[in-house]
Amino acid sequence: MNTCRQPVLSRRRFVTGLSSATALSILGSTPLLLGSKRYSDAPPVMQGKLFDLNIAYQEMNFTGSPSIATTISGALPAPILRWKEGERVTLRVHNNLDQTTSIHWHGIILPTDMDGVPGLSFGGIPPGESFEYQFDLLQSGTYWYHSHSGFQEQTGMYGAIIIDPIEPEPFSYDRDYVVLLSDWSDESPSNIYNKLKKLSHYYNFRERTLADFFEEADEHGVANAWNNRRMWNQMRMSDRDISDVTGYTYTFLMNGQAPADGWIGLFDRGQKVRLRFINAAAMTFFDVRIPGLRMTVIAADGQNIQPISIDEFRIGVAETYDVIVEPESDTAYTIFAQSIDRTGYARGTLTPHPNLKADIPALDPAPILTHADMGMGGQGAHEGHDMSGSGMPTFKMKGSEMPGAGMMGTGQAGFGSSTPVKHSTTEFGPHVDMRADNPNYRLDDPGVGLRNHLQRYDRTVLTYADLQNLYKTQDTREPQREIQLHLTGNMSRYMWSINGTKFADAEPLHLSYGERVRITLVNDTMMNHPIHLHGMWSELETGDDHYIARKHTVIVQPGAKISYLVTADAIGRWAYHCHLLYHMPGMFREVIVS
Amino acid sequence: MINVKTLFPLFFSLIVLPVIAGVKDDPVLAKMMVNQLEIRDIGDDNITVWDAQLWAGQDLQKLWLKSEGEYTNGATEESELQVLYSQAVAPYWDVQFGWRGDLKPSPDRHWLALGVQGLTPYYFEIDTALFVGNHGRVAARIEAEYELLFTQQLILSPELEMNFFSKDDVETETGSGLSDLEAGLRLRYEIRREIAPYIGVNWSRKVGKTADFARDEGNSVDITEILIGIRAWF
Ligand SMILES: [Cu+2]
Repeated sequence: MNTCRQPVLSRRRFVTGLSSATALSILGSTPLLLGSKRYSDAPPVMQGKLFDLNIAYQEMNFTGSPSIATTISGALPAPILRWKEGERVTLRVHNNLDQTTSIHWHGIILPTDMDGVPGLSFGGIPPGESFEYQFDLLQSGTYWYHSHSGFQEQTGMYGAIIIDPIEPEPFSYDRDYVVLLSDWSDESPSNIYNKLKKLSHYYNFRERTLADFFEEADEHGVANAWNNRRMWNQMRMSDRDISDVTGYTYTFLMNGQAPADGWIGLFDRGQKVRLRFINAAAMTFFDVRIPGLRMTVIAADGQNIQPISIDEFRIGVAETYDVIVEPESDTAYTIFAQSIDRTGYARGTLTPHPNLKADIPALDPAPILTHADMGMGGQGAHEGHDMSGSGMPTFKMKGSEMPGAGMMGTGQAGFGSSTPVKHSTTEFGPHVDMRADNPNYRLDDPGVGLRNHLQRYDRTVLTYADLQNLYKTQDTREPQREIQLHLTGNMSRYMWSINGTKFADAEPLHLSYGERVRITLVNDTMMNHPIHLHGMWSELETGDDHYIARKHTVIVQPGAKISYLVTADAIGRWAYHCHLLYHMPGMFREVIVS
Repeated sequence: MINVKTLFPLFFSLIVLPVIAGVKDDPVLAKMMVNQLEIRDIGDDNITVWDAQLWAGQDLQKLWLKSEGEYTNGATEESELQVLYSQAVAPYWDVQFGWRGDLKPSPDRHWLALGVQGLTPYYFEIDTALFVGNHGRVAARIEAEYELLFTQQLILSPELEMNFFSKDDVETETGSGLSDLEAGLRLRYEIRREIAPYIGVNWSRKVGKTADFARDEGNSVDITEILIGIRAWF
């Protein structure tokens, strides 16, 4: 079905769109625009210093029925932008839509007016008009870009950014591929949002049934099974509430390819292959593995980390991970990215020959939330009652003890907060359906659906506790103060907020220019939220102050807390929000650095 | 005595304010729900019964219309309409107030309605209200429903309704105290979320004075009916 993807796209128009890019090349080796026998349908690449990007409506077909997408320069995903660290890039974005648009450069450190958030950075790009972005590249690595207007991102406005470093990279590889994951729906995003407001479990077809109860009663006895349900029944919560929007409406894409075709990346035996995973989905977390190949994670959110060898990792919405794999035989391997709720998968193949494919593994069982995911206290206290079979590991920081506690005012840099968790009065009311009583740091918890995978499947799973920067922490100051924020919501009314206050009613957060601050996020909901701070790094405290990993998007697990340090070195107005597209309107704050 | 009809315009002006103030995360939406549209006593009287609701508004404030009634042999036998303003007061609870009109059978009766609608622990859906009418009449109603999932699409829902009145009303043949109770059991199959045909059984019983009124008229007080229907929303 590759040919269906760009039926209305003439070569001439496409090339016009790229006219000022200094070069056009394709990752892999096949011409993208010619012929229908492309075996590696990677997104096109634009590189140089000057770019013209055209935003337009375009017919696409991922499901068998045509649907209108919003695309950047005619491609879905948008062209890979290949930049060079130290250079200054200029991007002219032309809006051919009938609505305002914008492009945000996700994870890029740049001036506030170039950040592309309508209402904060600028006024947006009105229909028929253009906007010129220009900024210096002060970093290298894998990033991405997407629309920050309305729900346009869901309909195709996302693409990869690669910034090549000035200094040689501290690792080597022979092939370099972007693996961009996304979720496509033929439904309009506003329809999806409205359906969630009318019936929040609309897309969830994994609700508990009578048979589940009988099974549990059979296994544990009726009384135990009933007791186990008590907390959920009393709180009116569902332990099957993993994703708001599921494979019922989504087709999961890898580099724009539906699972039936799958994306293909070629290698020669013995080659090292770098895979730049980007989660550009609107609402879907993916759990990624390549059966038969171990992956060495070399970067997280574009920043090099101390390499770690794993079999499987979770990538939250907006996160990126770079891995290197070394296939040693002449066989094919499936890159398998199953959605967190196991309602579908995106797929690709790493292969020495385009006709050689590998088996597609079965989806893992659907995850079931545990009491720890409700923030009822971790340490495996409820493990005995945990019907999911995925008992909780004990959660602790990587450092064997927490030297932070009690030492400094709020906890030592790198080791997390020692400030008590407090629910503000705004968290009480019809708009908030739960509060985590005892949220814990769960850095070494791979998260619901990935627990105990080493014992069960012999797969080592990456956790946040594994993330250590490759380079020394630049700002070694202790945090001068701590801001505790609670992620809140009412699932059944489908309302989302921070500290119980939605964006429309919230005052901006103020940071003083130059200050070093700790942000502690407490998740008072039963969903994972990927929280993205624009303009500045989120330096994740994993129990090591010397090599703090820098991230732009941080997953906060249900019922958990997490801390990171921020150096407020970027003056301006910045967006700070959950990157799940349908949570974002409410779970959003403006951050002012002055 | 309060004249419920005069309160109506005032009530409407109150609801307009919150409903028009639309912001991005909280759009003004409307949901139409036909909870029951069914034929009872199939083959004999072919009684058509409906229970439909419409809400419009935002996350925490909504306008509700609730309509239910019965249609037999080309005539509307029973018809009730409620127009309510609904304010969320707790994560799972809304307080609703407004007007209820019993339009059929005649004579019509009008009530001021004050109700609570929501979800209890253990997932019982409750809709209960107190009604104040002319001449010091007070009525109360409790409705409860539960959903039992056999599969994701095959759902059994038991339902219970009770009505109480403070005074006898000879014209409408309702007696004081518990007047009637109704229990239903419906098994629906959700072809998709929005559309579900169902089969079921409905049992209703008039009690006390209301039953006496019915007996005097030669009507039965205890009715069990097999039913078939469709549930839909959009
Ligand atoms: Cu969220």
